[in-house]
Amino acid sequence: MSRVGAGAAGDAGWRRLSPRLLLVNLGMLSGPLALFALTLLLTGAGLQALISLGSLLTTFLVITWIGTMRLLTTRFRIADERVELRSGAFFRSHRSLPVDRIRSVDIHAKPLHRLFGLASLRIGTGGQGSPSGRELRLGGVTRSQADEIRRLLLDRRDRARAGTRPSRPGEAGHGPIAETDWAWLRYAPLSLWGLGAVLIGVGTVARALGEMRINPLDLAAVTHLRDRFGSVPWWFGALMAVLVLLVTGAALSTAAFVEGWAGYRLEREGDDAYRVRRGLLVHRSVTLERRRLRGVELTEPMPLRWAGAARLDAVAGGLGSSEQNRSRRPLTPAVPRQEALRVAADVLTEERSPTETADLRPHPRVALRRRINRGLLTLAPLVAALPALGLWLGPAAVHAAWITALLGVPVVLALAHDAYRALGHGLRDRYLVVRAGTFARRTAALQCEGVIGWKITRSAFQRRNGLLTLGATVAAGDGCYKVRDVGVADGLALAEEVAPGLLAPFVERVPATEPEMPRAARP
Amino acid sequence: MERTHDVGLRPPRHRVDRRAPAWWTLQAAVLALPLPLVFGALYLFIPPARFVFVWLFLAFLVPGVAYMAVMPVWRYRVHRWEVTEEAVYAVSGWLWQQWRVVPLSRVQTVETLRGPLQQLFGLSGVTVTTASSSGAVRIKGIDRRIARDLVEHLTRATQATPGDAT
Repeated sequence: MSRVGAGAAGDAGWRRLSPRLLLVNLGMLSGPLALFALTLLLTGAGLQALISLGSLLTTFLVITWIGTMRLLTTRFRIADERVELRSGAFFRSHRSLPVDRIRSVDIHAKPLHRLFGLASLRIGTGGQGSPSGRELRLGGVTRSQADEIRRLLLDRRDRARAGTRPSRPGEAGHGPIAETDWAWLRYAPLSLWGLGAVLIGVGTVARALGEMRINPLDLAAVTHLRDRFGSVPWWFGALMAVLVLLVTGAALSTAAFVEGWAGYRLEREGDDAYRVRRGLLVHRSVTLERRRLRGVELTEPMPLRWAGAARLDAVAGGLGSSEQNRSRRPLTPAVPRQEALRVAADVLTEERSPTETADLRPHPRVALRRRINRGLLTLAPLVAALPALGLWLGPAAVHAAWITALLGVPVVLALAHDAYRALGHGLRDRYLVVRAGTFARRTAALQCEGVIGWKITRSAFQRRNGLLTLGATVAAGDGCYKVRDVGVADGLALAEEVAPGLLAPFVERVPATEPEMPRAARP
Repeated sequence: MERTHDVGLRPPRHRVDRRAPAWWTLQAAVLALPLPLVFGALYLFIPPARFVFVWLFLAFLVPGVAYMAVMPVWRYRVHRWEVTEEAVYAVSGWLWQQWRVVPLSRVQTVETLRGPLQQLFGLSGVTVTTASSSGAVRIKGIDRRIARDLVEHLTRATQATPGDAT
């Protein structure tokens, strides 16, 4: 380890990125080169092919040139209290980062980098929504170097923060909390992600064909299919199409699961950090500081909920912009609910996970009416549009309208009831627990000390019916976690329990006859 | 606090400036009027298509004017703000209303923001941000001098509390 930080002062101690980056650059060239050779072999040297492939090759040469220059000009060092990075030939930049400001050190490896045993280090300092300029990147060091630098940086940081406290973690502090269990693969097809990807893919192809003025029905493969199966009834064809769509979607979801979660390992790193490692082709390694952990969020999308599974995310600060936060926050993939709860309890170092939701307080019945109204309002335009279409299409559309209404209303009612049952809030061991959602049920547990403000919203409906939406703002995760449609008195009492004294000075008694609670204008 | 059904949030102490409704009206006009004006012009210059444009003109003008008439008055009734020893407290909105409370110990930055329209009316807005990505409190449409004093007061008050406010 001492190799990295050997030179503490002066000009010593500067290191370069790994020379293997040159090989990576050449590797990037090999694809187009092979294509080039193959085309020459197959077609002879057509001028058109030569020009297009030549331009392709030039592009890659330029990229390689830039990469090589970066390799030659980039130097970094880890002095006692700062990380420094110098780069650029024409635009020289010198950036330095105090070690105690480091919030995360992530290791990331693209497939081509992995082929040559390389990895990138991302050293982050950012608060929420900070510009990407606040992180330092070392693109292309060897895997072992990356691990070493990472450990060194986190050690130094801890030492800088804790004065002289030795921060080699005790052995008890280390150890995995969760690891890949291939039985979880059964939940992978339940993600709707793959289906969405298929639909987008089909849409894109259809549009591309449309742009090129190719009628998909004229393609050889399609005519062949039509000739063979043209005589089957239309409903059979539709059924087959749906089946093919679902199967492809499930396959894609499974592939995405394997890519994202192979080699998954969630472990404790010393007393004050967790590390999540995962990924088959792209390696991700995310370090979560316990100091920045404000809670966890359990997500149960509908299909997963039916299968008794859930995902767990960390609610933590310093994970970068909201997009970066989304890719860095997962603690587990879709796993059995019990397993997710166990991991949540372990990560929060509690006996039981606060997201166990046996005794959450329900919300007033009016909240159910709001959900039913909302569902019916979504359904109404559809039902209303069909008879309007009937002016052109004849009475069939009118029939379609009442059939839609007949089928749609029970579905809406069922969803509204489910959404209402999902609503719940509570306070458990100094955690504010909030649950909501029907398509994706989310249960968030937030440390009360993490709540740094309140954002209460009320629509006209809520004002009329004595409801409010209590938003707890935290410097982590999505920024605001909402207790939706809670009764005014309950909501204000909850806010007082979570953050005593913050809201109390602004709460008053109002005559009970007046449901319009905050009369904004008073002379 | 007792769990009775007759508690509520009291309105903050200060209203926004008297000139604020005029500013909101102008803002609404900029938003709502161009489209009906375009349809009006088309109505005048393209006689054969008048029967279309008269309806488009009315369809955009009526809601636009209603918005201009209702929104500023309503907002003026709702918008209020207050700064105590411990917290910033502000109410905003009209159909959807929002109550925000941020303790001074969690304030990270305080800034003023004055758009061209606000400047026209001598108004100013104060934004108080916290470490949360959705934690900013915005007090808009107050007098320029009051805003300046407010920023000064808040800056002094927040400097008094140590820590990184997360």
